Formats: sequence, C-alpha cells, structure tokens
Amino acid sequence: MSELRRTPLFAAYAGYPGVRCIDFGGWELPVQFYGILQEHDAVRKQAGLFDVSHMGEFLVTGQYAEAFLQQVTTNDVSRLSAGQAQYTLMCYPDGGVVDDLLVYKLSQDQYQLVVNASNIDKDFAWLSDHLIGDVVLENLSEQTALLALQGPMAARILAGVTADPVGELAPFHFLYQAEVCGRKALVSRTGYTGEDGFEIYLDSGDAPHVWRELLKAGESDGLIPVGLGARDTLRFEARLPLYGQELSKDITPLEAGVGMFVKLAKEGGFIGRDALEKQKQEGLTRKLVGIELLDRGIPRSHYPIFAGGRQIGEVTTGTQSPTLKRNLGLALLETAYTELGTEVEVEIRGKLLRAQVVKAPFYKRTQTTGEGAKS
Amino acid sequence: MSEVREKLAYSEEHEWAEAVEGQIVRIGITDHAQSLLGDIVFVEFPELGASVSFGESMGSIESVKTVSELYSPVTGKVVKVNEALNDQPELLNGEPYEGGWIAEIEVEGSVEEAFGKLLTAEGYKGIIA
Repeated sequence: MSELRRTPLFAAYAGYPGVRCIDFGGWELPVQFYGILQEHDAVRKQAGLFDVSHMGEFLVTGQYAEAFLQQVTTNDVSRLSAGQAQYTLMCYPDGGVVDDLLVYKLSQDQYQLVVNASNIDKDFAWLSDHLIGDVVLENLSEQTALLALQGPMAARILAGVTADPVGELAPFHFLYQAEVCGRKALVSRTGYTGEDGFEIYLDSGDAPHVWRELLKAGESDGLIPVGLGARDTLRFEARLPLYGQELSKDITPLEAGVGMFVKLAKEGGFIGRDALEKQKQEGLTRKLVGIELLDRGIPRSHYPIFAGGRQIGEVTTGTQSPTLKRNLGLALLETAYTELGTEVEVEIRGKLLRAQVVKAPFYKRTQTTGEGAKS
Repeated sequence: MSEVREKLAYSEEHEWAEAVEGQIVRIGITDHAQSLLGDIVFVEFPELGASVSFGESMGSIESVKTVSELYSPVTGKVVKVNEALNDQPELLNGEPYEGGWIAEIEVEGSVEEAFGKLLTAEGYKGIIA
C-alpha cells in the first residue's frame, strides 16, 4: 500500500471537528466537513467551497496544439476563442472513453486540459502517444491547486475578493490572469454541481491563503467547505457523469447521453469517430436513464436491473436525492426499456424491488444566469 | 467524543442492547456507529416475527453514501420495530439511544445469558478508543 497523496489544503481540513477523510483513488480527501446533507443544501441554497486540487492539469503548447486536440478529443476545439473552455471527451478507437475533461483555450497555441485525478497517469500516457508536430505536453498537476466555489451566492462572494470582472463571465468562459485574494488565478465559470459557480486555479502554495480568505469573505453569505460526498450527490442530481460510473472504457459517450459533445462531422475526424459513427447509424443498444424506486429501497452503483425475468442493465450511480428526498438512480439499460414510465426491477440485497424510468436530470436550477454545470 | 451509556450492553459491531422487561431486549446502533455512518437516510428492518441470530445480518442502514449491515446483537424473535424511523431515519443520528432505537427482540433463554456474549460499556469504550 503506497502512501496516500494529499492536496496543499490537507492541513486546513484539520480545523473541522466533523471532517472525515477517505482514500479516493490514492488521495486522502475529505468526504465531509459537517455532514453531506448540510453541505449539499448549502451549495443549492447559498454557497460551498470545494478543494478539488487532486484533479489533473496539463498544458498543451505548440502551433499544432489545436490540430492535436481535435484528433484526441470528441468536441470541436476550433470553436473555442481564447478565454473559453469546453467540456469534451477522449475516446479509444472503439468508442470507449479514456476520460472526460475540460479544455481551456489560453491562446492560439496554448491550451489547459483538466482531467480526472484517477486518470492523470493514463491520460498523460495516452496524450503523449498521440502527440503531433511541435506540440509539447506538460503535467502541471503537482504545482496547481483547484478550488470550486459553487452555489447561488458564489458570484457575489467572489466579487468581494477580486477586482476582476468575474461576475460578467459567461458560462464556460474564464479569466486567464485574474487575481483572487491577492493571488494570481485562472477563474472560470464552470463547475460540477448544477449550480452557478466558479473554478479557481492557483499555484499550490497560494491555495491555503485563498481557501481561508474565501471562507472568511463568504461566511455571512452562508459559505461552508464541502467534501466529496456532497460533490457526488450534487453532480448526480444534475446528471453530470462521473468517470468510472457513467463513463468508462466500456461505455461510449453516446450511450452515456453526452453525445452533444461528440462532433462526428468535425473536420479531420478524431480517435473513436468511426466506431461512434457506426454506433449512431446502427442505433444504441443501451442508454443511460434516470430511475426511481417505487418500492422502499435505495439504488446503488452496480445493482443489477431486471425486466421480464432477465437482466437488462445496471445502476451506475444511486442515492437518496438530498434535494428531492426521492430514491433515485442513473442506470444503463437496454434501449427497449428506456421510455419514461417503463417499469423495471432493481435487485437490492437479494430482493427484486419495483422501479420506473424517470426524467433526468433530476434537478435543474431555476435561475437563468450562468450555466455553472459541466455540461 | 462519542457517547457510551453505562447501563447498556454492546456488540463489537457497534449495536447496543437494553433489557426492557422479561425476555424483551431493545436494540439500536451506538453513537459511535451513527457518527461513522454520517447522515442516515434509510433503514431496512427485520420483519416482525422474524428469527434473528447473534452476529447475523437482520437488515441494513443506509447513509447518503454507504450501505451498512445491521447485525443482531442477540438471538431471538423480533416483536417490535421502530416505525418512526421510516419517516425520520435521522433519529438514528440525533438520538441513537432513545428515539433512534431500531427493534425489540424477545431473546432465546435469559437476558443475562444473551448479554454474556456482549461487551460492557467499559469494554465497548475500549474498542472504539
């Protein structure tokens, strides 16, 4: 067992008596600071601050950077202007997913990629294997910290600690050289909660200062630190996929319902395009849908789902939705069983419980400003 | 620091048992257990009348994040379950030794015998320290 890795904020967690850390893909990270329900609620109604410094950041530089990213990602990088970011995926030739990520266009020949912590090494190797022309790939994950400030009060709180016009950022836009609490930062209007919010990229050494100052500045607006537990329930309600659950090397973006980020028609194609084109032509054999338990029970990841006495899929993520208090799941099901209202059965601890296909996302915020979510 | 009540008997699986009267024993989970689980949102009870055995699963407790087995600290028959937990599973967090009790079990043999297999408050404090 190798030692768990820690973010630059690990020492700052210690001040919270309710903090509980877990091993998350080799990282020692807080699953909660107070309680998952309280933290979830704070993000939906006020604001929460997440340490997501474990995420990976790569810098892609070169005249051929755009051409390179077009090849290795499914979305259309050529649509980005400097100062704009996009959600995208990397696929294998068979259409399975290497990872989902954000691409930030820093300038004409420089991009930042933000990848899942558990995939940093795999992604770096994959990208390295496909480099073209003059493109240089650097892994900046070690020296980069990432804070996510999310919730309806996020814009107001952030405006109090920066002179930069962060409130004017449209969704998926960013300020490359902003200053937050007196420290250099890249600030983007992005997030993974279904709320308005920002992601703040910092030098690792600056993270503890900014973490403390932000929490202080946001206290009167209800800002609290939020752990990975609520991060998962928040993204789940907003139907934002998690790699390893909704996405994997065995699940394509089309099956996972993120086909809008796959631009089959973009010039020059991309790795996995032909397989995805074929899958689209032939029709999907399975799809990701929402389910709700009709009987008493909570669906959980990997619980098998049956219909007509036969397994037709499985739950990818499930919990009791903290916002809605309904027992909900995301599930990958054979297409014939994906119509809204279709009844299926979930096997929970040896018992078959009734469930039905329901609309997802389960939660959509009502405000019209700032699409904070990742999709 | 988790509360451990003096007059109760405890299992190593973090359940408590309390003698009610005759052969009836009330059971629940400890303060330490609820704090480890976090926000509890669902309880799967044993059925009324079901036979349960010491150390064997009799249901489950689910927090937002995890599912945990509920092990019976005694052997006997379930004579009552705390239906209030259906609507208020958070009682398990808020008052694990009172409103958050889970079931009453009529033990096989005597209560003394049943408690002989369990830990005292001192013993339980030792394993959670």
